[in-house]
Amino acid sequence: MTQAPAALEVVNIHKQYGDVEVLKGISLTAQDGDVISIIGSSGSGKSTFLRCLNLLEHPSKGEIELRGESLALSADGKGGLRAVERRQLERMRARIGFVFQSFNLWPHKTILDNITLGQRQVLGRSKDEAIARAETLLKKVGLYEKRHAYPNQLSGGQQQRIAIARTLAMDPEVMLFDEPTSALDPELVNEVLTVMRDLADEGRTMLIVTHEMRFARDVSSQVMFLHQGRVEEYGPPDQVFGNPSSARCREFLSSHL
Amino acid sequence: MDQLHTWLMSMAGDAEPWASYAKYLPKLLDGAGLTLQLVVVSGLIGVCLAIPMALMRVAKSPWVWGLPYAYIFFFRGTPLLVQIFLVYYGLSQFEAIRDLGWLWDEVLSQPYWCAIIAFTLNTTAYIAELFRGAIQSVPRGEVEAAQAIGMNRYQQYRHIILPRAFGIILPAYGNEVILMLKGSALASTITLLDLTGMTRNVIARTYMSMEFFLLAGALYLLIAGAIILLFRGLEHLYSAQHRQPRLAAKGLDPQLRDQHLDDPS
Repeated sequence: MTQAPAALEVVNIHKQYGDVEVLKGISLTAQDGDVISIIGSSGSGKSTFLRCLNLLEHPSKGEIELRGESLALSADGKGGLRAVERRQLERMRARIGFVFQSFNLWPHKTILDNITLGQRQVLGRSKDEAIARAETLLKKVGLYEKRHAYPNQLSGGQQQRIAIARTLAMDPEVMLFDEPTSALDPELVNEVLTVMRDLADEGRTMLIVTHEMRFARDVSSQVMFLHQGRVEEYGPPDQVFGNPSSARCREFLSSHL
Repeated sequence: MDQLHTWLMSMAGDAEPWASYAKYLPKLLDGAGLTLQLVVVSGLIGVCLAIPMALMRVAKSPWVWGLPYAYIFFFRGTPLLVQIFLVYYGLSQFEAIRDLGWLWDEVLSQPYWCAIIAFTLNTTAYIAELFRGAIQSVPRGEVEAAQAIGMNRYQQYRHIILPRAFGIILPAYGNEVILMLKGSALASTITLLDLTGMTRNVIARTYMSMEFFLLAGALYLLIAGAIILLFRGLEHLYSAQHRQPRLAAKGLDPQLRDQHLDDPS
């Protein structure tokens, strides 16, 4: 019996900056509903890995498959891989949500426009449809009353919740979170984590690069520990946090818990 | 204008120097009108040409950025006066150009259009360079957010990069228009009766150089002031979203408060 293709499957991702190899072959499979946390000290390559998955960063080697559809890659002549067809990349990016550490909302557009732009331009939804979807999501992240405000009138935590809503509006099959709470003041972290916890409970497929160990332990189905561009430890949170086999992972956890 | 003239004359009577002022002020205003026309027309065409040029300038392939690069290099690196002479005196040297028929009779042999052409070419180079800088200073993350959502290049430029660049460029563009206003005095060298040309004309008849040059200077100042106000207004409109809400400091969200402290305005 053949299994349904995984939501996201990446094989043997390598990334090289000049002579420095920051990713040394990372593979990962996310089934539907998986929440995979990627942890590790800074410089371990976890953000780079995540950015390679939608080609914001060009991997030097590797394969990326989204629900059985493989992204066609070819050498870009500078040691990296680029998409053979821009169209395919754009289609796949629309299906992979990405939430940035620094929110990256568009400051010249209102909150509502931030959330409707992609729906209108990329998904081709009608204006009414896009607005209705945006308003539903704004209610969900608790910021409906801010819909006519501009991003820099909001706090960091609010901006990040808007950024999550902007990503959700595209109805992504997989969501990637790149340290979504690292740029926030401590008292604003929880409002963002609460939203993410809700998403996990809904059964969304998520990959989360994070420093929030307790959160990772609570919501993850799998945890990946990266060290110097390699997977040092991979498994369910109980195993990785409770009984890690790698000494480096134990060391990292003891300084972060 | 005629009414103004009659009114001024009746106010001044025959007493000099007032009679001369009254007689020639409307002429100076005519000249100021031409100056304004030169600046506005070349400024508007300049922006339209500068956008595609700036887009070519930021391309990766040297085949694409080479041409605008050379263009900008030439027009920023040579005096405007030389450029005006090249268009007005230089082009007429070529038989082929004199044989262009309508284009020669009505456009290329006319000082007015030669000035417009030279000013436009010149200001385009400056605006394109401003635009290039602005495009490249749009925060990388905002562009990545557009990419990550699946927008294609055109959509990224149309909805994110160009609108952001336009907001960034606005103050500098206002500055360029003022420089152009002052540069436009050079139009008088190819027989145009702009504000400077007209003033010299008037002085040739009245020998009142101090008075009329001062008056011309005052008119230039007035126009520059109007341009400054116009651009203030535009900036205000355009960056409405960047104005921070003025909240009482203690009621502020900690993150907003930090932004207030960082922001010198």
